Amino acid sequence: MRTPVAYYLMLSGILFMLGTVGVLTRKNALLIFMSVELQLNAVNLSLVAFSRLHNDLTGQVLAFFSMVVAAAEVVVGLAIIVAIYRRRRSVDVDDVRELRW
Amino acid sequence: MVSQAHGLLWLLPALPLLGAVVNLFWGRRLGRYAGWLASATVIVAFGVALALMSQLLAKPAEDRLFVQHLFSWIEVGRFQVGADLRLDDLSMTMVLVVTGVGALIHVYAIGYMANDPRYGRFFAYMNLFVFFMLMLVLGGNYLVLYLGWEGVGLCSYLLIGFWFDVPENAEAAKKAFITTRIGDTLMLVGLALIVFRFGTLDFDAVFGTAGSVLTKDAATVIALLLFAGAIGKSAQVPLHVWLPDAMAGPTPVSALIHAATMVTAGVYLVVRSHVLFELSGVALTVVLVVGLITAIYAATCAIAQQDIKRVLAYSTISQLGFMFMAAGMRAYAVAIFFLVAHAFYKALLFLGAGSVIHGMHDDQDLRDMGGLRHAMPITFATFAIAALAQAGVPPLAGYFAKDAVLEVAQHTGRDAVYVLGSLAAFLSAFYLGRMLFLTFFGRARSDAARDAHESPPVMWVPLAILGFGVATAGWLNTTPEGRLAEFLREVTGLGPGGNGLGVLELSGIAVGLSLAALAVTWWIYGSGRVDPFAFRERLEPFPRAALHGWYVDRAYDTVLIQPAKAAAWITAYVVDARIIDGFVNAIGFSVRRLADRGRVVQTGFVRSYALVLFLGAVLILLYVGVRL
Amino acid sequence: MPLDNVVFWVFAPISVASAIGMLLVRNAVHAALFLIVNFFCLAVFFLLLDAPFLFAVQIIVYAGAIMVLFLFVLMLLGVDSNVPIRERLLVQRPIAFILGAGFVVELFLAIRAGVGFATKAPDAFTANEGGNTQAVAKVLFGQYFFPFEVTSILLLVAAIAAMVLAHRRTRAVTQAEIDAAEDDHQEPAPAYDAEAAS
Repeated sequence: MRTPVAYYLMLSGILFMLGTVGVLTRKNALLIFMSVELQLNAVNLSLVAFSRLHNDLTGQVLAFFSMVVAAAEVVVGLAIIVAIYRRRRSVDVDDVRELRW
Repeated sequence: MVSQAHGLLWLLPALPLLGAVVNLFWGRRLGRYAGWLASATVIVAFGVALALMSQLLAKPAEDRLFVQHLFSWIEVGRFQVGADLRLDDLSMTMVLVVTGVGALIHVYAIGYMANDPRYGRFFAYMNLFVFFMLMLVLGGNYLVLYLGWEGVGLCSYLLIGFWFDVPENAEAAKKAFITTRIGDTLMLVGLALIVFRFGTLDFDAVFGTAGSVLTKDAATVIALLLFAGAIGKSAQVPLHVWLPDAMAGPTPVSALIHAATMVTAGVYLVVRSHVLFELSGVALTVVLVVGLITAIYAATCAIAQQDIKRVLAYSTISQLGFMFMAAGMRAYAVAIFFLVAHAFYKALLFLGAGSVIHGMHDDQDLRDMGGLRHAMPITFATFAIAALAQAGVPPLAGYFAKDAVLEVAQHTGRDAVYVLGSLAAFLSAFYLGRMLFLTFFGRARSDAARDAHESPPVMWVPLAILGFGVATAGWLNTTPEGRLAEFLREVTGLGPGGNGLGVLELSGIAVGLSLAALAVTWWIYGSGRVDPFAFRERLEPFPRAALHGWYVDRAYDTVLIQPAKAAAWITAYVVDARIIDGFVNAIGFSVRRLADRGRVVQTGFVRSYALVLFLGAVLILLYVGVRL
Repeated sequence: MPLDNVVFWVFAPISVASAIGMLLVRNAVHAALFLIVNFFCLAVFFLLLDAPFLFAVQIIVYAGAIMVLFLFVLMLLGVDSNVPIRERLLVQRPIAFILGAGFVVELFLAIRAGVGFATKAPDAFTANEGGNTQAVAKVLFGQYFFPFEVTSILLLVAAIAAMVLAHRRTRAVTQAEIDAAEDDHQEPAPAYDAEAAS
């Protein structure tokens, strides 16, 4: 390994930041969801990089679990979005604002 | 004095209490019998009193003291008060007066209240009153006395306002209670001081050690506080204003409570506590002055009253003033004798007035009466006896009593008191004569007077008995050192001695004044040669002022009552409604406004929530980073 | 130049660019495709970091299953085009960018203070003894066996939840009904009842 670990970590951070900006900025629920996936992946990258640094497989196993849970989460989240869409004919998150003053 | 325990003292107050309880719960079912039951309890109590009296007389003078300890009432540390009854010469006298006169009035009331729908309750209250009065005079310590004191105040309130559907009666009852309350509260402070100084309220303990425990000033304060209670209860100036209004109650009530018994409780208190008053000296002078002022003031008011009962009310106030005068001059036995005589003739006057009112179909105005002696001969006879007795015509009881008071004044060198007292006596005879002649002589001035009739026997028999008592009671104490004084000596001590004008001169002056007054009133009111109403007109504005008690009531209203009402109104409608409620409402209102401003944060947009979340995360990271 | 360096510096920009692209495009399907590109880059990174098992899993699960699921839903709902609507929260974008930049700066400082930019991973990755997959299996079924079982239940629950959430009450339209409707020259009843969907 010739590249310093820090580069992977910076890359992970940049990707995470981009994912967050996507979550905060987009109006389409599905696009927001996709940005969340980007965030999760960025974290996975970071986990694996640390695993390589410390010579411990725990990081990889955690990344694995993260993927499994992300899969489950995507399933449920998309089901919810579909259910909302059936009600309102829209996936704009700004339209779901009943919990307000 | 050596005291002996007696097992049956409790019977005296228990009998009327039983009557009260029975009438309270089953009065309606008893119907007519309620009145007879109530009278029976008091009559039996009188019988028991006579029996006790004979037992008492059997003992030598130093041993005439029965006590009975019922139970331990208060036990707090070293302060103990027992429910103690005490029968000595003084309380024996009072008990006989209360039960004797009380029994006659109860019988009279059977007839007087016969058609009243709340008949049973009336007699329950009357019996309850007798119970409390007996507790008052039989008490062996100040607390039992105070129990009776408050109790008679309560019964007075209940009985004055007995016909409470008429608002004025309820007002009068309230006025009586509140006015006497002022005195009662001061008296309670006095009791507290006694506890503070003596550690006990027992009569023997207090009076026995008072000389060594109290300073002169402390004794003055305590005595004056106790006297304040007496001023209230016995309607002396300045707390006298409730008694004329109390005439709103039924006439038997006026007779029993406001003539014979409750109002005399103040005199009893002063005589009982004379040790404290004598220690003080100043207090006795205060008693004398208050009594004198009251006697003259009330007599001037009595002259101008148009309601027959109000004349008697002011007369009672004035006569009580005489009793306090006697007490203030250390002639306690004279004061008690005056009390006994007054109980008889005042009760008789009231019952007679009740008979007149009954015959006049509830018209009480003197201006409507006239010539009733033909229609109501028995009432007239007994009323005349009582009036002459109070006016001081010998050999009736009042002559001896009043004569004794004036004699003491003259003999102890109090010439001012003698002269003013004689003036008050003259005025007494005047208003009595006026009342007598306006009512029973001349021509009838209204239809009610023309149709008047005599009362039923159940009403005039007590009148006759009382009349006999009035005529003969003088025998009890023909001089200031007479039989009653002798009897009371153990309790009251010797009367003041002194020298001055002889008995004949004094009697001559007194009787002369009384007869002069009666002659003048005969001329103005009874003979028909003078028009009394025109005569009154010419003297205006004095009659109207006297009629209104020299506007004392109005003064109290302006100075005390209206400001108090205004303060109450302000407190209720300004402070409570606007300020306090406003404050509380403002809190609620401002919370609401704050919430209104605050809830805008809940926009409902998920994205803004996420933004805030992220902002928080960044800040936390910043903080952690800086710390590390 | 060492090979891993080259590979890193080729794929890093691609991944960042695809992420930015995902953010900027209007069409949702295009965004999904950009994301897939990103995932592939990440898979390569895993390979670079001596995690071949994860490389494979990333492609199979993320790119192959999850993104396909996304695309299915996108197609099903037909919300591919991002219609530009008036932005109601005006402060959202600027603050998001500022915070993002700040976050990156923080991260930079944290990494510099922590790991340090010079640290390189040791050459030998002994944890991969006996092959990466076998080593991962050893740890997974050994030390992390309990979480493994729990996640399997989690997947089951997620599947049930999805079925419940997405279930709709529809009548199965039989052939007989379709024929009867055609005979009456009427439209067959729609299989999907918009009003009843709840």
